[in-house]
Amino acid sequence: MSGTFVGMPSFPKAAHEAVGDATLRANLRHATHTIRDKRARAVAELDDWAALREAGKRIKDDTLRHLGTYLVRLEEAVTRAGGTVHWAADAAEANRIVTDLVKATGETEVVKVKSMATQEIGLNEHLEAEGIAAYETDLAELIVQLGEDRPSHILVPAIHRNRGEIRDIFREKMGSWGRPAPEGLSDTPAELAEAARLHLREKFLRAKVGISGANFMVAETGTLVVVESEGNGRMCLTLPETLISVVGIEKVVPTWRDLEVFLQTLPRSSTAERMNPYTSMWTGTTDDDGPRTFHLVLLDNGRTDALADEVGRQALRCIRCSACLNVCPVYERAGGHAYGSVYPGPIGAILTPQLRGTTSDIDASLPYASSLCGACYDVCPVAIDIPEVLVHLRERVAGEGGKGHRLEKAAMKAAGWVLDHPSALAAGERLASATRKLHPKRLPGPGARQWSDHRDLPELPAEPFRDWWKKNRT
Amino acid sequence: MTPQPSSRDRILARVRAAVADAPEAPAVARDYRTSHTADDPAGVLDLLHENLADYRAHVHRTTPDGLPALVARRLAERGARTVAVPPGLPAGWLAATDAVRRPDEPRLTPYELDGVDAVVTGCALAIAETGTIVLDGGPGQGRRALTLVPDLHVCVVRAPEQVVASVPLALPRLDPTLPLTWISGPSATSDIELDRVEGVHGPRTLEVILVAGGLT
Repeated sequence: MSGTFVGMPSFPKAAHEAVGDATLRANLRHATHTIRDKRARAVAELDDWAALREAGKRIKDDTLRHLGTYLVRLEEAVTRAGGTVHWAADAAEANRIVTDLVKATGETEVVKVKSMATQEIGLNEHLEAEGIAAYETDLAELIVQLGEDRPSHILVPAIHRNRGEIRDIFREKMGSWGRPAPEGLSDTPAELAEAARLHLREKFLRAKVGISGANFMVAETGTLVVVESEGNGRMCLTLPETLISVVGIEKVVPTWRDLEVFLQTLPRSSTAERMNPYTSMWTGTTDDDGPRTFHLVLLDNGRTDALADEVGRQALRCIRCSACLNVCPVYERAGGHAYGSVYPGPIGAILTPQLRGTTSDIDASLPYASSLCGACYDVCPVAIDIPEVLVHLRERVAGEGGKGHRLEKAAMKAAGWVLDHPSALAAGERLASATRKLHPKRLPGPGARQWSDHRDLPELPAEPFRDWWKKNRT
Repeated sequence: MTPQPSSRDRILARVRAAVADAPEAPAVARDYRTSHTADDPAGVLDLLHENLADYRAHVHRTTPDGLPALVARRLAERGARTVAVPPGLPAGWLAATDAVRRPDEPRLTPYELDGVDAVVTGCALAIAETGTIVLDGGPGQGRRALTLVPDLHVCVVRAPEQVVASVPLALPRLDPTLPLTWISGPSATSDIELDRVEGVHGPRTLEVILVAGGLT
């Protein structure tokens, strides 16, 4: 499996290649525009959307402000209901806990529900190294896993693959993971989905251990919630004897009632449906229904660093709907892989550098992976002010003194001087207008050239505005 | 030597330190709507019907007297020769079908369930605005696997008492200590070029029967 993001180039470099891939751009454009238009219609059905959004924001802010209290409450409720709670400070500890739990069952394979948290910690790779096969069961995750690929979208991880590629992956790879693809498999979505059904069903029926994340955890009742469409989630949550859920500490909500807000805003923001086909809710264990053993692994892995940042902590409100990806002009062109993280798009650009820090090239470049157009903020169902956090993180990166950013600071300083000296500004403008035939189409120098590689430079007017004004209006 | 603090204590200490100086969050405003639908049982039932159908459930309406024949017809038309029977399912609901009954007592194994064509259940309640039925494992519904593995799920909803307009009206009527499954249409995926396909892993077909008029 090549599911790792370690050693990814910085965003501009990775995006540069993606932008040149016409097929990828066409796939992404079609997908993001389709989902965004549907979302707008689904949201328009609720005339109290603004109030729901504000309530969701405030519930999450209250949760984060008193996160310690709610986590302890959740732990008590889950334990009371027959579950066991574990705490993992980082990815290594979470992986170790899960591996030990699986080994204790004596099993060497697990079925998995699509989960960002387990991708974030690289659980599949860790389990594989420990001799445990982890089967992804979401159709898109299956495509990604069989294709030895990485997910490129939060909600539809194989959005970068077309049906022909998927058929080829199924034909070539299914056999080495279990039941092979049917003879003569075509590339119609229905036949491909049927092949996945047959391939995975044998795994579901024999599975003894399931691994999931969760969309929400209710502190008051100890209830976990998984929202999905295909039923693979239900299979993993109900058929095995042991269930292990790895969930970020920020996924808690205080009360049962709070779900009334998020179960209205999440499906409409995410898949643009009034409600997703399946939602599972479970509280500890239940006699004669579902797993006899339930473990909850509460994951920090950088979340408390984000929580300590008073501007950045709002990123922890995120309910992973992916609406911000679908409206983002940068994501639409660059695709998910360029972000070098399981969290792509605008939310990834603010979440990843906070979870991982800004010491690597890719993480330091992510706050700049945006045009700051603000569309992501407008669609966010929990009102995360992504542009505000981006600018805040840019300040942090610039303060830490990256190479490109010293250049930016020097440019801003020079601009400040010119703007403070009107005669210099006027002279510069006149010179620019007089020489405009000689202007290059691309800017020279590092940074500037990258900028003009993908953009047209604005045309300068024949004479500066202030000269025109003097002639015509004074 | 002092013992190492546990990860639990370290995480909680970090959480508390991170927000120690943060201002109190403003109180949560609940000024969103309790429901988006007029309080009219007939209208709410029509909306449920429409929204279930919009997400490709097959919706039928009948009276208590007509229910057994309708259940039998739905099973027959889908070619279901065996039907899983959850504990507590009213015996009369299956009175008219000649499908072979597979009671879930003792529990059917996953493999046995995979060999069953259909399942017939009641529900805990249904939500009109979202076209959702909710199962809580109560009598006549059974454990979660029963409505998951067979390819056809026939679900009976009693109107008006099991129908609510909205999500905010549904939650207070549900018991979070029970395992809950919310179902909005049959299993579906849009993972391949965003083309919607029904029936990946859960039932490919969901038949919902709305029964009005005093069913017990």
